[in-house]
Amino acid sequence: MAVNYKPTRMELSGLKRRLVTAKRGHKLMKDKRDEMVRRFIAYVRRNKELREQVEKLMSEATEHFVLAKATMSKAEIEEALCYPASSASIEIGTTNVLSIEVPKLTYAGKSTAPRTYGYMTTSTELDTAVDKFAELMPLLIELAEIEKTCSLLAGEIEKTRRRVNALEYVMIPQLEEAIHRISMKLDENERGNLTRLMKTKDMLKAKEES
Amino acid sequence: MADIAMIGGRDSVLLAKAAGLDVYFETDGVAAGKLIKRLAKDGVKVIFVTEPVYAAALEVIEKYRAEAYPAIIPVPDNRGASGVALAALKANVEKAIGADILFNEE
Repeated sequence: MAVNYKPTRMELSGLKRRLVTAKRGHKLMKDKRDEMVRRFIAYVRRNKELREQVEKLMSEATEHFVLAKATMSKAEIEEALCYPASSASIEIGTTNVLSIEVPKLTYAGKSTAPRTYGYMTTSTELDTAVDKFAELMPLLIELAEIEKTCSLLAGEIEKTRRRVNALEYVMIPQLEEAIHRISMKLDENERGNLTRLMKTKDMLKAKEES
Repeated sequence: MADIAMIGGRDSVLLAKAAGLDVYFETDGVAAGKLIKRLAKDGVKVIFVTEPVYAAALEVIEKYRAEAYPAIIPVPDNRGASGVALAALKANVEKAIGADILFNEE
């Protein structure tokens, strides 16, 4: 898979420069990949932990909600829940993890607001369900942040790994081979030239002597 | 308009309404996909979808995977976790590292 290069000194010095750049790029990419993997592992561990926690709390909340639904009519439930007691707001930013923009979310909701529904038609199970869900909100937001970070990092790691491999197994060997071939060719030309000169000198000498 | 929305079946997401999220009742995959596109265009930052909807609207969700916002996150619905979310997590790990390092310890 040798690429054809003209065997000239110009080409040779150009290739040598490219090889240096490629090697440097390869080293940098490799470092980037290693660091990204290290961070990714930390994120993904936290992600798994959070997800399990969220799933547990969520099922608890829905359990209470189901019980509440059993004792109340559909209309009553909707009436009770459709006006939110707390406002869920988040602060949004982006942080830079190894030059990837990842979301940064901070939960800024107030969950201490009094209930906005009357006690008459609602059951205590509904209160518990709503409380549990409010408890869950900060976790959900953190989960959103971490999960998104993980998936962005995963994509970027894949890309970087491909680049590293392309440099390591294609680009650098190709350049090295081309440099080798050109220097061989130049050496051969040099030798050819030298022999020709010596030969000519011998011939001239022989002519003089005769 | 809140920054957080939730899409799912009526029973699954009513509680989220009480917590102050924007709630949309939708269980059909195609309609949910359209809804997600619209919300993303409107600048909603975080969209929680229940796991069945996540599985059904995966095609649309994939499009937003490479962008920082919106973050589309699967959550369990009223029937509990179905494993779709953990499978997505696992796929991420395999994509990044090439081997599953998280789940084989169990």
